[in-house]
Amino acid sequence: MREPIINKAQFTAKDLAGEDIRWCPGCGDYAILSQMKKMLPKLGLPKENFVFVSGIGCSSRFPYYLSTYGFHGIHGRAPALASGIKLANPDLKVFVITGDGDGLSIGGNHFIHLCRRNIDITVILFNNQIYGLTKGQYSPTSEQGQITKSSPFGSIEPAFNPVTMALASGASFVARSTDREQKHLGEMLLRAAQHKGTSFVEVYQNCVIFNDGAYSDITDTKLKKDNLLIMEQGKPYVFGQNSDKAVNWNGNKFEVVPYNESTKSNNLFTHDEHGLRATTEFVLAGLSEQPDLPTPIGVFRNEKRDTYEALLEKQIEFVKQNKGEGRLVDLFNEGHTWTVD
Amino acid sequence: MPNTDHKTQTLESVTIRFAGDSGDGMQLTGTQFTNTAALKGSDLITLPDYPAEIRAPSGTLYGVSGFQIQFSSEKVYTPGDAPDVLVAMNPAALKVNLKILKTNGIIIVNTDAFKRRNLELADYQSNPLEDGSLDGYQVFQVPIMSLTRNALEDLSLSNKEKDLCKNFFALGITYWLFTQSLENTLNWIEGKFHNRTDMLEANQLALKAGYSYALSTEMFATSYSISKAKKRKGRYRNVTGNEALALGFITAAKLTDKELVLGSYPITPASDILHFLSKYRHFNVKTFQAEDEIAGIGAALGAAYAGAVGITTTSGPGIALKTEFMGLAVITELPLVIVNIQRGGPSTGLPTKTEQADLMQAIFGRNGEAPIPVIAAQSPADSFWAALEAVRIAFKFTTPVLLLSDGYLANGAEPWRIPDPSELPAIEVTYASDAEQFAPYKRSLDTLARQMALPGTPGFEHHIGGLEKDESGNVSYMPDNHDKMVHLRADKIERIREFTSHPAIDGPEMGELLLVSWGSTYGAIYTAIEQLRKEGYTVSWYHLRWINPLPGNLENYIHNFKTVLVPEINLGQLSKILRMEYLVDVRGFNKIRGLPLSTKDIVEAAKSYLKG
Ligand code: SF4
Repeated sequence: MREPIINKAQFTAKDLAGEDIRWCPGCGDYAILSQMKKMLPKLGLPKENFVFVSGIGCSSRFPYYLSTYGFHGIHGRAPALASGIKLANPDLKVFVITGDGDGLSIGGNHFIHLCRRNIDITVILFNNQIYGLTKGQYSPTSEQGQITKSSPFGSIEPAFNPVTMALASGASFVARSTDREQKHLGEMLLRAAQHKGTSFVEVYQNCVIFNDGAYSDITDTKLKKDNLLIMEQGKPYVFGQNSDKAVNWNGNKFEVVPYNESTKSNNLFTHDEHGLRATTEFVLAGLSEQPDLPTPIGVFRNEKRDTYEALLEKQIEFVKQNKGEGRLVDLFNEGHTWTVD
Repeated sequence: MPNTDHKTQTLESVTIRFAGDSGDGMQLTGTQFTNTAALKGSDLITLPDYPAEIRAPSGTLYGVSGFQIQFSSEKVYTPGDAPDVLVAMNPAALKVNLKILKTNGIIIVNTDAFKRRNLELADYQSNPLEDGSLDGYQVFQVPIMSLTRNALEDLSLSNKEKDLCKNFFALGITYWLFTQSLENTLNWIEGKFHNRTDMLEANQLALKAGYSYALSTEMFATSYSISKAKKRKGRYRNVTGNEALALGFITAAKLTDKELVLGSYPITPASDILHFLSKYRHFNVKTFQAEDEIAGIGAALGAAYAGAVGITTTSGPGIALKTEFMGLAVITELPLVIVNIQRGGPSTGLPTKTEQADLMQAIFGRNGEAPIPVIAAQSPADSFWAALEAVRIAFKFTTPVLLLSDGYLANGAEPWRIPDPSELPAIEVTYASDAEQFAPYKRSLDTLARQMALPGTPGFEHHIGGLEKDESGNVSYMPDNHDKMVHLRADKIERIREFTSHPAIDGPEMGELLLVSWGSTYGAIYTAIEQLRKEGYTVSWYHLRWINPLPGNLENYIHNFKTVLVPEINLGQLSKILRMEYLVDVRGFNKIRGLPLSTKDIVEAAKSYLKG
């Protein structure tokens, strides 16, 4: 084996530059790429251990723009490729880069089963609520009523909520961030990457060409404070221009209550990414669809669970203990054999 | 008065068929007979023939499950065209199978099942056991069910449970008829039912009772014996085609010192490969039962990219679902073996029956110019060697390989001469070693295989993917680059011809008739050729191993014959390919009945050209 050209984690964001970037100027994808490049060196892994796998769509060009191992797959199927990669070599740090169309429409089946199996893969879903690369058709996360090239009279389909899907499918780490909250995004990427098991980050991403301003309520500086809720572990769900409001669980639903910094406790419901009850967890994820409530970003779920590959290795060891390391002679001579002389 | 001086007659070869309801245990009975005959030294081939329904309504014609075996003191190549002996557990089984039975053949019937209801279900207007319609056969009427119940009288089992043992009673009768030993099956029962001692005892008793019944009633004037087959020295075991494929892939992984990753989704008749491989965790076999056919091949391809022996297995409509990923495997030039156990189509078609109708799809069925080498297994045991060869070529040429088997090979069994692991062919795997010189689409001058580097290897970070690339692995939409890459990918597959052995022509290199064939028709054609030659005809035969690329030497012969005849279980797919490749007016012999071609039909088809 050759000596690594770049030693363990001795690389910086600059060393990660890949092929020439071909996203539209102003596309939210740039911010995600730049946070990814900043984050990777922090993982303390050698550069050659990163594998970026993607499907088809604007977001799926991502692997080309990094100088790590990259596999640009086919539409919706990155989770399948990534699962095989991780099965064959559990030492690799595998990312799946996908979008709302790629991950939730054509690839929906693979996505839910990846989450269910809890294979140690980090999935970043760029949600721009539109098909960009095919030039502007509605996607499974487009809002009902949205006018697009393929829905000139408004889409009549209800939208998927990616976080809800990941939670329901059993992903062990589920988070949401946006391309505009750079620091928050970097932190979510890091925490997802450090998690053992299937980790999922939905990133609200602005498509300047086909769906500009889809998230203006949480990106516009004037509106943002009243519409964006940054969840923090152990803290109440505080938001608003002067941090004067909180979202509280009344045992039945979330409602907005006044919040006063000085009286803090007030028996407000506090966030617990390690153990929200299913009802609260799902309602929280769905707040983004309720116009009168803020859209939460942060970590929805963070739980420790055996990974698929760890269980598989354990099973292999168990069978080896019982049967011994497999040898071809034994394999060939199993069952009834007879000799002709 | 029973006739006390019965004779034992030695036969060269016998074909026996067990038939009953799909719940009657006929597959198990047939398998037991097979293993026992094999242990006694017979050569043999089997043909399981069962319905798609797991438990079709009992007594119906479509619910009949059959298992046929030809065993012989000579080498056998087919499960036999027409059975000499039929064991029929009910009227439907008799009706379905009578038309293929040899004239004057032996029929052993379970008379207990010949009641009005069953006769109606089998569309019999009158009882065939009484109306003379079985004249011309040697019919042995045995009340198998009541005799089994009698034999198990003392056991505290329900009648329903006792009736489950009747197949062993029938098996016992056939063991006596063919002077087989009970020992192997008694042992098997012991292992199988060790958790249910009552059923263990019952099944053993039923088997012995059947045997004793045949012995003491002297129902048969003659019993038969088949001498040991004169086979090549060595140790043998019975394998089905699916088992042999699994063994081959485990072996290939060992030879390359790699892990085996199977990505697969359950589908008949390919699932047994998944079942079999999932037992071999201690061989570092990682079976991944995917969420669908697409994910099955996707995981196998991902695993191949990360350095495992990647395999995916499927059948019928499953192969259609995998085509997009096959295209990705072609453009990323990764070693991967795709196994297609062909079954009757189109669509769901005949899930449990055999066919050869996916050949065109295997060779051409992808978008774009997406050449994939195609290899075909020719017998159950040969599947082992086909698997090894497929993996060898996949690595040597950094390419996906399609391995074609079919329902008949998959479930059929024959003795496999166990190889000495040290005699197995080497499987070479090379990875790029010079990071300075590395480019993912740089090629070997010999094979045109691209340089491979595994993720995790420092200094070799690169991109591959479904978009067209230039040599460096960067995306390229340049017209000349695409033209070059399309040609390179095609040329690479053509080069395989130079690194594979070519089949030898069997018979003269020119003459009146050449048969060309591929896959599972091997056995039937082998036997047909033998028969034709016995009758004094001169015929030549060429059986393909690789169908893409076609072997180089076929060109030397194919133009030298008045007629080229291609027997296939499809509408003439190889015929079309040969016409296209060699501009020869190939004739087809095509029967698409969900069954192997019969030797008799091939002989007749050949003769029709030899006469003319
Ligand atoms: S089309 Fe939209 S999503 Fe795609 S690159 Fe352009 S801005 Fe980004």
